[in-house]
Amino acid sequence: MSAVFQTAIGREFLSGNEAVARAAWEAGVEIAAAYPGTPSTEILETLAGLPGVYAEWSTNEKVALEVALGASMAGRRAISAMKHVGLNVAADSLMTMGLVGVKAGLVIAVSDDIGFSSSQNEQDSRFWGRFVHLPVLEPADAAEAYAMTREAFSISERHQVPVLLRLTTRVSHVKRTLQVGERPAPDAAGHGYRRDAERWIITPNHVGRRLELRAQRDAALADEAVASRWNVLEPGTDRRVGFVVSGAAFHAVREAFPQAPVLKLGFSHPLPLALAHRLAAQVDRVLVVEESEALVEAELKAAGITVSGKDVLPLQGEITVPVLENAVARLSGTSAQVHSTPPKAAVFPRPPTLCAGCPYLGVYFWLGQLKDAIICGDIGCYTLGCGEPWNAMDSVISMGASLGVAHGMAKALAGDAGARPVLAVIGDSTFLHSGMPALANIAYQGGNVTVLLLDNRATAMTGGQDNPGTGQRLDGAAVPRLDFAKLVEALGVRPQRVRVVDPYELPTFFKVLREEIKAPEPSVIITTRPCVLTEEFERRRPLTVTEPQCNGCARCLELGCPAITVTHRERQQRSSGKVVDLAWVRIERALCTGCDLCAKACARGAIVST
Amino acid sequence: MITDVLVVGIGGQGVMTAAEAIARAALEAGYEATKTEVTGMAQRGGVVCSQVRIGERIEASEIRPGTARLLIAFEAAEGLRWSHYLAPEGCALLDPWRAVPPVVSSGVHRYPANPAGELRAAHRRVREIDARGIAERLGDARLANSVMLGAAASRLPFPQDALRHQVLRRFGSGELAARNAAAFEAGRALARSSG
Repeated sequence: MSAVFQTAIGREFLSGNEAVARAAWEAGVEIAAAYPGTPSTEILETLAGLPGVYAEWSTNEKVALEVALGASMAGRRAISAMKHVGLNVAADSLMTMGLVGVKAGLVIAVSDDIGFSSSQNEQDSRFWGRFVHLPVLEPADAAEAYAMTREAFSISERHQVPVLLRLTTRVSHVKRTLQVGERPAPDAAGHGYRRDAERWIITPNHVGRRLELRAQRDAALADEAVASRWNVLEPGTDRRVGFVVSGAAFHAVREAFPQAPVLKLGFSHPLPLALAHRLAAQVDRVLVVEESEALVEAELKAAGITVSGKDVLPLQGEITVPVLENAVARLSGTSAQVHSTPPKAAVFPRPPTLCAGCPYLGVYFWLGQLKDAIICGDIGCYTLGCGEPWNAMDSVISMGASLGVAHGMAKALAGDAGARPVLAVIGDSTFLHSGMPALANIAYQGGNVTVLLLDNRATAMTGGQDNPGTGQRLDGAAVPRLDFAKLVEALGVRPQRVRVVDPYELPTFFKVLREEIKAPEPSVIITTRPCVLTEEFERRRPLTVTEPQCNGCARCLELGCPAITVTHRERQQRSSGKVVDLAWVRIERALCTGCDLCAKACARGAIVST
Repeated sequence: MITDVLVVGIGGQGVMTAAEAIARAALEAGYEATKTEVTGMAQRGGVVCSQVRIGERIEASEIRPGTARLLIAFEAAEGLRWSHYLAPEGCALLDPWRAVPPVVSSGVHRYPANPAGELRAAHRRVREIDARGIAERLGDARLANSVMLGAAASRLPFPQDALRHQVLRRFGSGELAARNAAAFEAGRALARSSG
């Protein structure tokens, strides 16, 4: 990480995300805005450490993209970064930007989580290029990410269009060596804003003209793509299969089939059809290798070129060397797979856990026991409440969706006999991202949802970034903390139904939870403790189990704290004949934060401070 | 000739940092190198696997299962989990330390009784390196990574001091650097002692 913050020129070992940031900086970017999301987060984090750039964590991706547009309109080069699903959020403004375009260079760096290691789906952002009529650049690695980003700003200015820099996990997170340069002073001649109502006001009377200009731009971009140095027809001597490939999969193709002719697509939209025709003319078969949808494949087929693609390649996940070799074997009619994966050892799954002492442990300790409640979850660390030992979640849909879904369920079930209570669980940053409109709706419609607003004063899942609720900005400046209690009141929740509670106080928290579930109106419970990974968190002396007091009841294990581990288990038959499973535990000193949750959960007083 | 190295453990253990030290040492020694992480969710407690490829020229950054020369595992069950990446002649350096997750504590899943034994039964070459135990005796469990990298140093295709330099450069020249240097040497000595 430290290396990239240096501004000296030379050879560096950078991830794709760091390379994008470095190149944007060298290209004279002055404004950068993003919302954190794996695998894109490090782009803005890196830019924030470089001089001469205003960088912000915006409240959501749509805001971030609009910030970049505003900067571009004012003549400053700008970049906006997000994960693939973030671009869905930004899409409304993105569509307009496809029409009105940009002034100073604007690059949208979007990173697709191919293999869905940390996302709700696998999504192919190249579609936006087609949908919005944008040029798409697809680097295969960090070195290309660097070079393409630098060039993207001039493409953007030449065609007055946002450029979509399409990254994937394997590009964003792999480190490679590359040569970095310097940052010339941004060109002040381009600075400044001039009113242009026919362009920037997209009322219906201006749309027709913009559509005509867009068609002209499409044609110019198509010419540029065919001539681009990023679209290369690499000759090869093994002409049995020729490949059309973009992104990180290019390296898999080169490793597996070093002698094959390859059309490497870097400026991949508009698609340079002429080059594809030339490849097809010199090989027996063409295989299109793309992550993740059959997009280029469909366009080549529509252009009359016979190609294979997803008929032999998998429909999901990364295209690695073994995957590719098996696909080519199938294409060539070899029935057996050429490479079988060595057998894996059977090992338990190890899903990510809430941290030792996480304030959410206290929340889920109780939610896990509300067997009757319907709990609509959201996206953040608290999503982990869906797992063991709590199993306290019924749905996770998308950022901010918990409240809307909960409201719909509550309305739908309201007339049923013995209707089950409906809860929504959402974190501070996600609430500010897209939960607020849904809460205003619940209050306005008289919905009966109990909202748990888990304020841990951090955008924790992505690494603890700041947001309006944390009291600090990306540049480190202290700012007033957004007051969530006042905010939810202003959105229409009655003051009596806004409860601010300490999730470490187990009995108090449960009492409040029961009261608010019972209340036949919208309520919001705001929890107050910070994420254990923030500076604000106060670590206390670790706890320990006093053996003679412990009766093996295992109630402390229902917290799901990773600092509590089992020393031995026993099955006992009570005098009543009932069989009970007992477990004795120890507390890992190195992990324990002394939060006292397990001491409070223990009915025997067996857990004490050291 | 490409040397593939996996560094595995759980989120929060410093797997990525250790892998980065190996990659940078390779670069310092004049090789090309790539470093990646596989399977996301890098928060605390989840599975983390970082892959380093070292050679004259690297295409794909991901290691093919069955080809890794070295597997460095900071946690016992994680060593077992990723062992299918090893080449037949490859070697696993395994810290026998166990991180038992809530899915095991709650009784839903079982922790393997003897990860190193299972590896040997599958005809894997295994060296147990009690890195965490040594680190604790040196006064800080966080020194385990330096112990482990010291133990790995002789199995990498570049001078051991290149790795030592990369491990220590993060710590400047004070007390922390001295402690990590001692940890690295302890690991190196252990690897020498019983080949």
